[in-house]
Amino acid sequence: MACIEARGLRKAFGANVALDGVNLRVEEGRILGIIGPNGAGKTTALNAILGLTPYQGELRVLGRDPWTERDRLMRDVCFISDVAVLPRWIRVAQLLEYVAGVHPRFDRPKAEGFLAKTTIHRASKVRELSKGMVAQLHLAVVMAIDARLLVLDEPTLGLDILYRKQFYDSLLNDYYDRSRTIVITTHQVEEIQNVLTDVMFMDRGRIVFGCSMEEFESRYVEVIVNPERVAAARALKPFHERQALGRSVLLFDLKPDSADRRQLSGLGEVRTPSIADLFVAVVGNSTAKSAANPADAPKGVVR
Amino acid sequence: MNTESNAVPESSLDARENPPTIERATRPFYWSVRRELWENRAIYIAPLAGAGVFLFAFAISLTRKAHAMQSLMALDAAKQHDAITMPYHLGAGLMMAIALVVGVFYSLEALHGERRDRSILFWKSLPVSDVTTVLSKATIPLVILPLLTVAITAATQFVMLLLSSAVLAAHGLSVSTYWTQVSLLSMSLGLFYHLFTVHVLLHAPFYCWFLLVSAWARRAAFLWAFLPPLAIGVVEKIAFNTQYFADMLGAQLSGGSEAMPMAGQMPIGPGLQITPGNFLLTPGLWIGLALSAAFLAAAVRLRHTREPI
Repeated sequence: MACIEARGLRKAFGANVALDGVNLRVEEGRILGIIGPNGAGKTTALNAILGLTPYQGELRVLGRDPWTERDRLMRDVCFISDVAVLPRWIRVAQLLEYVAGVHPRFDRPKAEGFLAKTTIHRASKVRELSKGMVAQLHLAVVMAIDARLLVLDEPTLGLDILYRKQFYDSLLNDYYDRSRTIVITTHQVEEIQNVLTDVMFMDRGRIVFGCSMEEFESRYVEVIVNPERVAAARALKPFHERQALGRSVLLFDLKPDSADRRQLSGLGEVRTPSIADLFVAVVGNSTAKSAANPADAPKGVVR
Repeated sequence: MNTESNAVPESSLDARENPPTIERATRPFYWSVRRELWENRAIYIAPLAGAGVFLFAFAISLTRKAHAMQSLMALDAAKQHDAITMPYHLGAGLMMAIALVVGVFYSLEALHGERRDRSILFWKSLPVSDVTTVLSKATIPLVILPLLTVAITAATQFVMLLLSSAVLAAHGLSVSTYWTQVSLLSMSLGLFYHLFTVHVLLHAPFYCWFLLVSAWARRAAFLWAFLPPLAIGVVEKIAFNTQYFADMLGAQLSGGSEAMPMAGQMPIGPGLQITPGNFLLTPGLWIGLALSAAFLAAAVRLRHTREPI
């Protein structure tokens, strides 16, 4: 059974279409990053998955309909979002007591163990904690829940780089065990590139790109070419080109059996592009092209 | 053109068999009520503070009119009873008024505050249903506050009795005469009956209406709660020159003449005639309870569908 399965997921707020027929299948044990510009529909998609918003189309999460079975589903699903704030009045000890009282799969000693590694006091109220400490607290609670799906919507927004690094380190080292599925959205793409097993780009309510990280690394190649070789490199049909420090950076989508890779290494420095660069290439291209001709889909898009 | 699809490939590393997950027993309703008491400490602090202030004033009045006790003891039995029990009724009335105010403000805030500070998203990330949440919030004005009122009032009246006895004894007056006039048990039972019939059963639709408004209103829940009933009353008065709606609300609020033969007076004296038979035949009671259920069902539905403000 897939962890998340969506077919023709649609959601409109008045005339504004937030989800425009999303088809999605996430298997168990994956760590999927959903990348997209503001307003692409990422949060709406996650809210639909979490049963927080009604939708049209078919959606099953762990075999359940999230809209009608939210409370049952939440035994197996956890989420952290930068807006799903912990109540400011609650004390740390009360929070642990409450979650232990209502969640059948919450391991309180485990949460206490995570908190012991921080400087958070049991008697403190959430309003007295710094933003980083609130994120640590929420993560400690969520990691102590034996859930099958964890949804993170901009979990590290507003945190400094040390907290962000610590957040993903503990997620990978203390939580992820291949039987759990994690879905993350974030704007800090570089920081999660090594965390993900799969990546997906969303733009204007649609999924415009998606692949596993293995496929990403074998297919996409970025070549930094000196000016005199640009013409030769362009002949190999890059799907995106940008300038950096006086040199051209060309992005190629290679066929699996292509001999182009060797050819490319003769033209300049070859490396795996960052997700951010590919995102700019794919979504940037699609924005420019669909403005000219909406029916024309961008190149390099996985369907 | 809306059918871009994306299949995340199957993990090459087979997900291991899930070990049987350990599920502990939970009590979502109990902890939801506890949660309300943590968040809204006014529920018990306000009545306690009120009781403290009242006792303080009562103690001062005792020292001031210590000599008047003498003449009080000389009065005939009926007048003596009224004079002695009056402060006890006043104390109970104060406690009920405080519970009423706390209950109204609590209910108007209950489903509004969590949307305003967006903590509703955290509460909804836990396996607690909307029904459990709304019912636990309705429990505060309909169960917790009345029980607290009875308990705090009884404790206050007991302290009043001790204080008065001490003052009487200090002046060498008969404590036993005083004690025969004040029956704490019958006062507490009378208060309990009054609270259960009027403040719980008859006032239930008001509290449920406030909960519904707090789940629905984006802002100014207070105005949305009070202006529409006022508007109905005003329109009826001007259009038809009648006031059935206002009378209906008034009867429901005061407890009506049938429910409380001593309407307007605290039903905690020995003269109280409890008539549960008449009370149960009041149509207002059953219409009110039906409305309460409808308001609560609507509040549950709104909590399910409404997004944070």
